[in-house]
Parts: sequence; structure tokens; C-alpha cells
Amino acid sequence: MNVQLPFGLTLNRLSKRSQYLISIVTVLSVSGICFSLHNYIGVEIVAFIQLLTLTVIAMFFDILPVLLTAFLSVVIWQFFFLKPMFDWHIVDTADEIMLSMYFVIALLNAVLTYKIRQIEKIARQKEEKAQVLKLYNTLLSSLSHELRTPIATIIGSTDTLLTDANKLTADDQQNLLLEISIASLRLNRQVENLLNMSRLESGFIEPKKDWCDMNELVYDVLKHLDEQLKSHSIQIDIDENLSLFKLDYGLMEQVLHNLIYNAVQYTPCDSVIKISAESEGDTLVIKVEDNGHGFPEEEIDRAFDKFYRLKNTKAGGTGLGLSIVKGFVEAHKGTITLHNNIHGGATFTIRIPAETMLLKTVKNE
Amino acid sequence: MNSDNILVIDDEAQIRKLLNITLQSNGYKVAHSATGGEGLSAAATQQPDLVILDLGLPDENGHVVLKKLREWFTKPVIILSVQSGEEDIVKALDNGANDYLVKPFRTGELLARIRSALRGAAIETNSPVIQYKTFEIDLVARTVKINNEVLKLTVTQYALLALFAKNEGKVLTYQYVLREVWGPEYTNQLQYLRVFVAQLRKKIEKNPDRPEYIITESGIGYRFVASE
Repeated sequence: MNVQLPFGLTLNRLSKRSQYLISIVTVLSVSGICFSLHNYIGVEIVAFIQLLTLTVIAMFFDILPVLLTAFLSVVIWQFFFLKPMFDWHIVDTADEIMLSMYFVIALLNAVLTYKIRQIEKIARQKEEKAQVLKLYNTLLSSLSHELRTPIATIIGSTDTLLTDANKLTADDQQNLLLEISIASLRLNRQVENLLNMSRLESGFIEPKKDWCDMNELVYDVLKHLDEQLKSHSIQIDIDENLSLFKLDYGLMEQVLHNLIYNAVQYTPCDSVIKISAESEGDTLVIKVEDNGHGFPEEEIDRAFDKFYRLKNTKAGGTGLGLSIVKGFVEAHKGTITLHNNIHGGATFTIRIPAETMLLKTVKNE
Repeated sequence: MNSDNILVIDDEAQIRKLLNITLQSNGYKVAHSATGGEGLSAAATQQPDLVILDLGLPDENGHVVLKKLREWFTKPVIILSVQSGEEDIVKALDNGANDYLVKPFRTGELLARIRSALRGAAIETNSPVIQYKTFEIDLVARTVKINNEVLKLTVTQYALLALFAKNEGKVLTYQYVLREVWGPEYTNQLQYLRVFVAQLRKKIEKNPDRPEYIITESGIGYRFVASE
């Protein structure tokens, strides 16, 4: 666990015992150094150095070790530095006042520094809470849009089919059924995304790898996206003799599905989406490229963040699709990058280290 | 059959298609726009009798579109949105929406609200006597009849009922009613409204605990229903 310190410093939280130990050792060492120099520096300078030490300790440690430090430094100062040295007895009234002042300043110093830390901590917690709340609200509003729109379509269409059947043409009835089907698939996809996200969040994604044919995988994904792809043109560039790769078919299917779906959603009609796969040694390189508007440069770094949605983007979308893609690629120990193309559009490049098997070897068997 | 023109402003193709089929099969002429900008210019050129507006539009916030529309458009606007928070609903109604329906919605409910909003729009331009099935309010004589019997109402009760009747079918926010009946300095005095609504219900509802005329829109306001 990290402890936030004033001025943005962080420190691994130390156990109570280490805090006491470090406090004592620090006070003793500083006092030792001062003592070796006591012929050159005055007793007031020693007091200042010890107060400084106390302040530093108060910045890092809990209140009790800090109070111990304060008490210890007062005792040491009185016994070893204040004249007569090595004597608890104080002769001079001025010295008596100085010692009391030192004691009060040391205590105040300890308590005030600690209080400042507490206030900072509360302010930080408030800020964190506000951020979580903001994220929660954003998530809630995008989720409610993504889930309620298809539900609205299904409920509305069935209502109309049930109550106005006699007023509807055969075409209208067919169209409403089609809308119900599209909406159900959309709902299913969102639920799938949410479930995948919670799988990723729980950290229990263990790819079940087996030999995959990239051609088969890509065509499988495209088949499921048939309806959405009508408005776009798809180009596939995968050598039919491309090696087999050991991958989790289900996870990779989701990766490609989300990337292609994303490209369809956020590029204008008639845009071209190009999907390619090749092997570079033991690495599988998949690219999904489009000739749409590309990503705003300043937002590229955040595109894979969970729940992040591009500014000025159309309504809808949960901001989960790309973060799931990244999670699944990383579960394969791979990487995914995004860059804008020189002539417009964007390219997602996935690189996954994977065992390969030449297709020829299989065919010859 | 009716031939009122309805303009649907919604970015979701599925919702547009559903509304298109449902509204057309109920005799309405339907036009649609996918963005706020397109919607505003369509409203200007086509002069629809009613607008159905989504709040989550890609180019502009629906609340802003509604405000711009209300600068010159006097016909009914019904909000159809996934946003179900009281804040959004009250804001839209305050900005001049006649009604608010949360997605998912029942198409029967939407059609009823459309009919009611269109009827309300017609009443505004009509005679000083508002008449529903069992109700008759004479705004000049300041009399109210239910089933041909004259109701005895106090001045404030009458003002409240007249306001409801003039806006039949429309959700009126608490603040709006308080401002109209009691004055702008009373907009936070919800207790006044609660007391007077309870009194009115006792006089006009068959069963005041299950009101049929003055319907509570929880957290938002009241809707007066007299014709359905």
C-alpha cells in the first residue's frame, strides 16, 4: 500500500515498529552528529537541526512515532547540549524558558504537520470519490443508452405487432421482426461485452490455446457481422497458406469482432475496412485498417481505456469494446497499437507471440 | 384516421424505423432526422404538427435542440429518451417539452400521449369552454361541471383545476404549477400544492386514493387526464 505524502511524494507504508525504529535511529544519529560538532555550533543551532529532523519525520510517519521523536529530541537536547551538559539540572532561567519553548514548538510542530497530512488525505479521498462517481455516472448513462435502445426497439416492435397487426402491411411486419432480431443481437453483444469485462476485471482470463486458422477465424467473425457490414466494403488480405497459430479461438474472435464492429460504427458509409494477417517469425501480426476520419491524435493514448469514449463521438457505445480487445490481446501476451494513416483513417496492429505450424506440414500428413 | 405530420429526431436508426412503421400504421405522416441540426431545419421547412425528440443526439445535446426549437416552434414536442432521471425530465419540461416518455416505452402509451398532445394543441386556440367526456370548465364564467353538476371550488382550487384542464395530458412540473397559481416566490412551497391537489381530488375523483384525473408523476409534477 502506498502512502501519499505532502508535495506529492509517495512512500511504501512502513509497519508501526519500523516507524518507531527509524524515528529513534534518526534522532540518535542526528544528535550524534550534532554532538560531534557541538564545539563549533551553538545549542540554538542544534535545536533548529533537531526541529527540522522532527518535521521531516512528521511528514512521513504516524502521530505516535512522531510524538516519541519530539519527546526524545527534547530529552537529548536538554541532557547532552544544554549547559550544564550531562545533567538534568537547569541553572539559568533563560535556559528553562528555552527548554519549555523547545518542548512546545516540538509538540506543535509534530501535531500540526500530522494534521496537515490528515487534511490533505481527506481532500484527496473526496477528489477520488468524486472521480469514481463521475466515472460511474458516465458508465451508467452510456450503459443505459446501449441497453435501453435495443430493449425499446423490441418492446415497441412487439407492441405494434400485437396491437396494430391489422393495420400493418406484410412488409412492415417483416421489417419489425427484423428490427427485433437486430436489437436482440445488439443486446446480446452488450451483455457479452459486460461479461467479458468482468472476466478481465477479475483477472482470471486464461487463454485456452489451440491451433487456429486465421482465414477461418476472420470469415467466421465477418459472417456474424453480415448485417452491419452491408454499408461498408471489406478487403481481406491473408495468405491462404498462412501458418496455423496457437491461440484462444473464442477470445480472438471477440477481439476481431470488436475491432471490425468499431470500424463499421465510427467510419462513414462506403468506407473500406481492410483486415490482414501475417506471420513474422513466431509472431502473428493482425491489422485492421480503415479509410475513415481516423482518431484525434490527442485521444489515441486513451482509446483503449475502459469506459473511455472519444469526445464529439456519436451517442451510444459503452467504451468497453476496445478495452476488451486490449485485455484479450494482453492475455495472449501480445500488444495492440493504434495509429492514424497518412492518407486518412486508422490502423490497429496486433502482435501476438504464438506457436506456429506451417499449413503445408499439416496438408502433407 | 388523422393526417397530422410528426417529425422524429432520433439518432438511432432502429427507433426511427420502429416509430415510422408504428406512426404510419396509425395514420400519421412521418418524417425523421438523425441529428439535432437536421431536425431543426426539418422542423422549419416541414412545419410538423408534433415533434418527437431524443435527448442523446450526436451533434448537439437534446436539451439545447429543444431550447432552439422552442424559440419559434409552438406545436407539441414529446421527449423520447433513455435518460430517466428526474433532473432531465424536469429540465426538458421546463424548456418547453409537452411530455416526456422514457425508453423503453409502450407504443400504446406513446400513441396516447401523441393524441393528447395534439388535442391540447387544438384546445389552446379554441373557445373559452374546455370540455372533456365528463368535464366542463367555463373559463369565462369560472364554473366547473362534472357529469353536469356544478362543483363548488375555492378561488385557488379553481385556478389549479383550470391550469390542469388547459394543459390536459401534459405533465406540469411542481415549480410550474406553483409559479402559475401562487406566484414566482412560491416555487419551493411544494406543501401548498400537495394540500390543494388532495382537496381537489376529494372533490373530483371517485376514489381520491386512486386518482384518475390528476395523476402524480413522481418527483416531477402532475398530469391531468380527462379524455382517455
